Amino acid sequence: MKQPGRILLGLFCLLVAVWLIAPTIVVVPMSFNDKKSLAFPPSGFSWQWYRNFFTNPEWSASLVSSLKVAVVTAVFATVIGTLAAFGLDRMKSRVSGVLRALLITPMVVPGVVLAVGIYAVYLDTQLVGTMTGFVMAHTMLAVPFVIIAVSASLEVFDKRLETAAASLGATQLTAFRTVTLPLIAPGILSGLLFAFVTSFDEIIVALFITSPYLKTLPVQIFSSITRDADPTVAAVGTLLFIATSLVIGAGLLIGSRQGKR
Amino acid sequence: MASPSTRGAAIDLKSVSKHYGSFIALDEVSLRIEPGEFMTLLGPSGSGKTTTLNIVAGFTEVSSGSLDVGGKSVIGVPAHKRNTGVVFQHYALFPHMTVSRNVAYPLTLRGIANPDREARVRKALDMVKMTDFGHRFPSELSGGQQQRVALARAIVFDPPLLLMDEPLGALDKKLREWLQLEIKRIHRELGTTFVYVTHDQEEALVLSDRIAVFNQGRIEQIGSGRQLYDEPETLFVGKFVGDSTILRGAPSTSGDETAIDIAGRKVTTAKRLPGGVKPAMLLRPEKLSLARRGMGGQDRNTLPGRIGEAIYLGSGSKYEVVLADTSKAIVRSTLDAETFAIGDEVDLIFAGSDVKLLADDEKADLNLT
Repeated sequence: MKQPGRILLGLFCLLVAVWLIAPTIVVVPMSFNDKKSLAFPPSGFSWQWYRNFFTNPEWSASLVSSLKVAVVTAVFATVIGTLAAFGLDRMKSRVSGVLRALLITPMVVPGVVLAVGIYAVYLDTQLVGTMTGFVMAHTMLAVPFVIIAVSASLEVFDKRLETAAASLGATQLTAFRTVTLPLIAPGILSGLLFAFVTSFDEIIVALFITSPYLKTLPVQIFSSITRDADPTVAAVGTLLFIATSLVIGAGLLIGSRQGKR
Repeated sequence: MASPSTRGAAIDLKSVSKHYGSFIALDEVSLRIEPGEFMTLLGPSGSGKTTTLNIVAGFTEVSSGSLDVGGKSVIGVPAHKRNTGVVFQHYALFPHMTVSRNVAYPLTLRGIANPDREARVRKALDMVKMTDFGHRFPSELSGGQQQRVALARAIVFDPPLLLMDEPLGALDKKLREWLQLEIKRIHRELGTTFVYVTHDQEEALVLSDRIAVFNQGRIEQIGSGRQLYDEPETLFVGKFVGDSTILRGAPSTSGDETAIDIAGRKVTTAKRLPGGVKPAMLLRPEKLSLARRGMGGQDRNTLPGRIGEAIYLGSGSKYEVVLADTSKAIVRSTLDAETFAIGDEVDLIFAGSDVKLLADDEKADLNLT
């Protein structure tokens, strides 16, 4: 009785899984193409596009820029977002509701609208194509993700532990450092990761404020693929796919070990 | 370590009030607690007992009044500077620290370094009989064990004052009774002033030197358990502490005598309240006796009733008697007394001298939940 239904359900799940990961998987064979084309399936095997990615200064420079922007953005966004989430958590709920909505807006406003606005302001202030410009814009985009992640862990944090710490002699700052911070650390860490990723694969704003001197990796991929069918793009994609899988895998591993305790 | 007699701090609350908007949580409460005393704040929820504790702990500011601890005013002194141990109902152990690190926490904050710190942690864990659990995390302990660790953490820095807010409220009855005795022992060994909040009158009677009974933001009466039981000053205290029977009816007085009419039958006592105050009679269960209908003594007060509930307690029996006016009386009898079954017609008998004549207070009934 139950068996056919279960098989059907299993097949359906498989279909959804394939549908979700197929576009990513397709990139992998394409990156080993021996011809300069993005044809699928590829006609032969070669490592040349990987070699090109690491040796061509255009590509490696854009990777370094992206990493720099993403790391600095992640740090700023995490500090700002954590403090904001903490403040919102300790506010009267009516005020915090409005403020929270306001702080989340960069996530819901269409990227193009933001990009046009940022571009206009940056033109006047000579921030186009600068590291500062990129970090400022990306931090704004990343802060909402940190606020959401940290707020979620503050939601389950037992504030009475801070009262207990106070009764044992801890100032507010000490209680925050020794009790609150360690207990909401998983939320802060996931906020940090979100912020990093938000910056690392941001393309819309980046396209507007980029310059020949400062290109992030997504911008480089985009301009490369619009110019010609360069399989280096597929090689980059494959590398990013492996890197993110490793990070997420590590995250899951840490999470499950904490859960056991 | 100082000798027990000098270790506890005196607490002096004078006319302390606390308002939240128009709500009065505490109304002009005055209470003096002696050094080393075990004082219990007893009352129903919302009576102000926890507010009082929070004010002493420094978690809540007073709206008006004064508070001295150890002879010094602590108004405006933040909680972390009060050097007061607090044990919470919800344990409040730090889940990311082991038992040892939890207990060491207040010592680390006070800059006490390691050989000394470790010794004191061990001593505190010894005191609560949790010596072998130092390396465990709180999540690996039962409720009773967690609360003992919380107690060790609250006494490890030798505070002159320990506050406990319904610490056994989340535990089952057997464990609660055993921990009550443990707390009593620790109080005796430390000599610290203990202030204990509970809504459980039995717990208050077991633990306390003195009990302050709270009701609606005020203290109704302060006294030893025996005083509260034998000489309640208000109907609320009489009802809240121990079992009691309340008799109400149309009153009449002649000379020094007060009579109350219950469904046509008068009961009297040679006591009087000041004029204009409506009296109610309060009787403790062991002051009441039962006899088969018509067999009661003539010289004493008798009221007809019917057994509504009969409970065998091992050491005796407890009866609920429904009186003619549908009110209920609670009677406790010893093993050798005559036994009755549900539905038996009986006479409730008591001496006028055993009656506590108190001002009637309808509100006393509403607040017992």
